[in-house]
Amino acid sequence: MSDGGHQQTKRSQPVTPYLLVLPSAAYLAVFVLYPMLHAVLLSITEPRTGTLTLEHLRRMVTDLHFWPALRYTVLITALAVPAQVALALAMALLVQTRFPGHPYFLYVCAIPLAVSDLAAGLIWLSLFTERGYLNAILLRVGLLSSPFNFLSYESPGWLVGAIVATEVWRATAIVMVVLVAGLQLIPRDYAETAAVFGASPWRVLWHVTLPLLRPSLQTALIIRTVLAFQLFATVVTLSGRLVPVLAGETYFWYSLYRNPHVASAYATLVLLLSAAVTWVYLHTLRTPEEAA
Amino acid sequence: MATYAAALTLSAWVLAPIALIGLAAVTSREQLYRWPRPFWPQPVTVETLAFFLRQEGVVRALGNSLAVAALTILLATALSAPAGYALARYRFRGRETVQLGLLTTKMFPATALAVPLAVAFLRWGLYDTLVGVALVHTALSVPFVVLIVASVFRGVSVELEEAAMSLGCSRLQAFWKVTLPMALPGLAAAAIFTFILSWNEVFAATLLTVNHRTLPAFLVHSVVAEGAPLHFRYAGGFFLVLPALVIIFLIRRYLLTLWGVTVR
Repeated sequence: MSDGGHQQTKRSQPVTPYLLVLPSAAYLAVFVLYPMLHAVLLSITEPRTGTLTLEHLRRMVTDLHFWPALRYTVLITALAVPAQVALALAMALLVQTRFPGHPYFLYVCAIPLAVSDLAAGLIWLSLFTERGYLNAILLRVGLLSSPFNFLSYESPGWLVGAIVATEVWRATAIVMVVLVAGLQLIPRDYAETAAVFGASPWRVLWHVTLPLLRPSLQTALIIRTVLAFQLFATVVTLSGRLVPVLAGETYFWYSLYRNPHVASAYATLVLLLSAAVTWVYLHTLRTPEEAA
Repeated sequence: MATYAAALTLSAWVLAPIALIGLAAVTSREQLYRWPRPFWPQPVTVETLAFFLRQEGVVRALGNSLAVAALTILLATALSAPAGYALARYRFRGRETVQLGLLTTKMFPATALAVPLAVAFLRWGLYDTLVGVALVHTALSVPFVVLIVASVFRGVSVELEEAAMSLGCSRLQAFWKVTLPMALPGLAAAAIFTFILSWNEVFAATLLTVNHRTLPAFLVHSVVAEGAPLHFRYAGGFFLVLPALVIIFLIRRYLLTLWGVTVR
């Protein structure tokens, strides 16, 4: 190896890398690790005496909003994530064709990376609200005469649909970034060889590109599913509390009911769900070589 | 041909909602509530935007957001740059552990941290302070910034650093005079990434502040607790998106690299 020399010099002072890593590691220990453990502790201790209790967990589970919150969080995730992956795959494959103008296309598709869940919620509110653009357009093309309220408790289907659309709009970009990066790692000759042997574009996609893209798909799925459990501002701006979700309940229990213990129980649940999802994806989507 | 049609459709899907919030922001309040609802503003007016900016607390929240973002950039860079350099340049025992730790902390951000931190901050005197929010935003950005910085330093060749040292520079001088100047554009990109993360962070800022709200926290409070009117919400959404659009346009060439690194 040509860089054997500097590897040697660096081994002669083994303290330096540890000193360089130490500040950030210590910081994350105080501001990430400690609060995570603290959240678990808060959710199972009695505030005055400090003894262990299941009372907060019981209050969380028996609360009117708990099961709907869990159900809606899972439902919205289950609807939004596949759509995000499909749409992102379409974008990434289009970029990969290198058509003239693809840099602009890539830039446009990446714009939502910089848009927050709150901003996305407010943007789509201007479409879906009773006096919104969707109603204005439907009126103009003659499909409506009086405004339809998409965001009412009377139409939960539309309400969830609006939230899913907003989430797909906002978070497809990050999936696309993962997939574009993944596609660039796949050697072009594989697909070309398959094409030479007569495989149609769809068969090439299904039998060559997608299997090779598996690690990237896995990364994208983990990131999106974990982030979906933190679904908050999109839902709150579009539905208030009509569609309860786990992160939203954390907020309401802390800010509205002033109960950090039940709020922590929700936070802990989000934590456990995220860890579980990560674990499941890593174990089910492993490539055959790794499994062997 | 099919490629262009698909590309145009997908572009329209991304751009149309942004165009519409821009349209709503320059439509008068009276027209926003009228039925039949006119599609185009007649005439274009800054009335709605001016109304938003004149609301009590809006300008201060904007200032708070900028202050928190600036402090976050400072703290996150100071903490992450050394770690990123270590990951890029050294092989050491525990390197894999550090990388795994970064991956794990990346996975569990604001939602799980905000409540216990709020409880701790009450005790530490940091609750409802801009410094407190910046500390949390720093914790959220450090794992990402370390990865970005590491990839930036990997892009600066080791040979140049070594050449400087063989010409009599100490390791520190070589870093200061050779590596750092070459890494500056990449570090600036990392700072911009941090800005976007802090500017967009909603949950922790909302839970940790009462009187010193950032713009997202202020908007959540107005919408959820006070039921702010629609034109206020549109203008708020517009002001949240605007800086993000400008910034992402400025760094469009680094977009993929920047976010690509963070999702590895």
